[in-house]
Amino acid sequence: MDQFILQILNGLDKGSAYALIALGLTLIFGTLGVVNFAHGALFMLGAFVAVTVSNLLTLSHKVVDNTRTDFLGNPLQVDVPYLYDLFGQTTGDAIIDWAVPISIVIAIPIMVSIGFIMERGLIKHFYKRPHADQILVTFGLAIVIQEIVKYFYGANPIPTPAPEAFVGSFDFGVILGFDPNAIIYPYWRLVYFFFSIIIIGAVFAFLQFTTFGMVVRAGMADRETVGILGIDIDKRFTIMFGIAAAVAGLAGVMYAPINSPNYHMGMDFLVLSFVVVVVGGMGSLPGAVAAGFLLGILESFASMSQVIDILPGINQIIIYLVAIIILLTRPRGLMGRKGVMEE
Amino acid sequence: MLGLEKKDFRLLLIVIGLTMFAPFILNPFPEGSEMAQFNAGYPDLMQRFVIFGIFAIGFNILFGLTGYLSFGHAAFLGAGSYGAVWMFKLLSMNVLPAIAISVVIAGLFSLIIGFISLRRSGIYFSILTLAFAQMSFALAYSVLTPITGGETGLQLALDDPRIFGVSQTATGNIPVPALFGLEMRSSFEWEVGAWLFTFNTGYYLAAAFMIFAFYMSIRIFRSPFGMMLRAIKSNQTRMSYTGLNARPYTLAAFVISGMYAGLAGGLMASMDPLAGAERMQWTASGEVVLMTILGGAGTLIGPVLGAGMIKYFENIFSKINETILHTWFSFLPDGLEDIVVAMIYPFIGKGWHLTLGIVFMLVVIFLPGGLVQGGQKVAGLFSRKKPEDAKPNATEPAE
Repeated sequence: MDQFILQILNGLDKGSAYALIALGLTLIFGTLGVVNFAHGALFMLGAFVAVTVSNLLTLSHKVVDNTRTDFLGNPLQVDVPYLYDLFGQTTGDAIIDWAVPISIVIAIPIMVSIGFIMERGLIKHFYKRPHADQILVTFGLAIVIQEIVKYFYGANPIPTPAPEAFVGSFDFGVILGFDPNAIIYPYWRLVYFFFSIIIIGAVFAFLQFTTFGMVVRAGMADRETVGILGIDIDKRFTIMFGIAAAVAGLAGVMYAPINSPNYHMGMDFLVLSFVVVVVGGMGSLPGAVAAGFLLGILESFASMSQVIDILPGINQIIIYLVAIIILLTRPRGLMGRKGVMEE
Repeated sequence: MLGLEKKDFRLLLIVIGLTMFAPFILNPFPEGSEMAQFNAGYPDLMQRFVIFGIFAIGFNILFGLTGYLSFGHAAFLGAGSYGAVWMFKLLSMNVLPAIAISVVIAGLFSLIIGFISLRRSGIYFSILTLAFAQMSFALAYSVLTPITGGETGLQLALDDPRIFGVSQTATGNIPVPALFGLEMRSSFEWEVGAWLFTFNTGYYLAAAFMIFAFYMSIRIFRSPFGMMLRAIKSNQTRMSYTGLNARPYTLAAFVISGMYAGLAGGLMASMDPLAGAERMQWTASGEVVLMTILGGAGTLIGPVLGAGMIKYFENIFSKINETILHTWFSFLPDGLEDIVVAMIYPFIGKGWHLTLGIVFMLVVIFLPGGLVQGGQKVAGLFSRKKPEDAKPNATEPAE
């Protein structure tokens, strides 16, 4: 039983990332009808916002410390972050420590504007073109974004630690009444899971309970009629694209401490996220979220040693296998609307 | 000639000429000169040009004609390579059986995957092929290690039980792939003044296969079968209303292009007898998509051009570093030189992928017919004919 719960927990953090990326992909597909292969790149950009913020926060200048000497006997030069000058050492340290959560606030406007630029500058021109063209141009865009990031940050992963308070893990099993050390779970993964739940909840609430969201949902159902009613649906869809970009970006920001960001992490997640979207059903938001968590958990179950003993290699292919089976037996995915992209 | 129209026959002749004289054409700069680094006439790269040319020609038969965008074609190339290396290990070092088996294996493999994937179309087809390719990659990397060599890849060993042939040569080395004794890696070097031209056996074998592949693709493009494939692309619903089932046609196209990929894989293994799982990864599939679109999907010569261009960039362009740039722009004043170099540097050398991505995007946005369409447009500007006449049937741009 404890094994069982452990695997579910392990699946949650990856599942959360899948769910968030797939949610953004589905938002874009459902509103604009565009298949966005650059969505993984947005996720990666989010992670690099976190890297940049923590780099900026630790910007420092050299100060000669007369109390200490280096090995030559000269006074030692120490790097002092500018934050120390502004806030003093304790507060400065705390701010640097909380770089990743701070990045969330900064990432939202950045990612929304990147989303706007992408939609207005490029994707707008591809609504009328076939899906293959949309895939290709966004694939090209993903390569470009990836290479730009590589140019500025290099090819190596950049460790971006979580705040001190969330480093390490805790004994989750004890809380549930299992033996100590049965279920050890890192804090940050739990944070990631709750964070993603909040984001997902916020997106759903936004669509469900605001007038704006109502119009967007109406536009997803019947774009033409909404347009005839005198509503500028294109503008709202552009904003939705920005929101989708922000969701992917936030997923990336928070993922940075789990996996050190590198320039190709977007591509790695993209393939799986597409599979997730397809399994959930093109254009279905609940489907994308459910499929994200489901596949994340399935993946972690498949990597249990007991399972691998029976079916070697299953952990590598389980997601694809599920996707193939679902695509062939249930063309519109788990929760897809009838008639949407069933071809 | 050979069942081709005059125009196509001329195109075939041009391709034959270019491939046969490639060692000269690709080596325009004398040895040791400043520009020698742009010479692409060394065997390894020339082989890659033609092998990826075959791969892209095959991919074009599927994507260019039917519009089905497969993101998993590298799986067939990988399967072909594995098949070829196993033939080297078990049967003989002759390349012909190896290439034959690689085509057969890739054909069977694509028959299975195509049969399942082609039940869906559009984005779902892309995802299905992607999923299958990633699955093959993951399996080849892990569970199938006894067959595929796993992470290290499949290599020849000294104790291979070769039925027709020896396990090791008299000197205790692993024998090299050969065509009836003609070693693939053997080259004939010809020095003309400052120039050095290399004629490589492996290259000419691969080139012969590419010419054959190109010829077959012209025949397919011009055949009633090719017309059917185009009909699928333009309007599948209408086609099924006229009482034709599209599935057998798409499946045939899929298998044919899978066999092309297998041929490319077999040749790749013949040039260098090893096969690795990374050949099956989806980025490798993405590369052939890039090649085909860049050159011009749905055109005859486009994929070959695209393949050549990408491989040239990958191998030659990527070698330019900052120092070389500085020597180029040394005629500029110092400050300006640094600025120019700093501006150009991100796009070349190690950053060539960035240029590739930008060019690819521009092509998709402005030239859906690829470089071939671009060339036609330029040619159209200079010719007095009406554009409709200038545009031959052969090169209808892809949708």
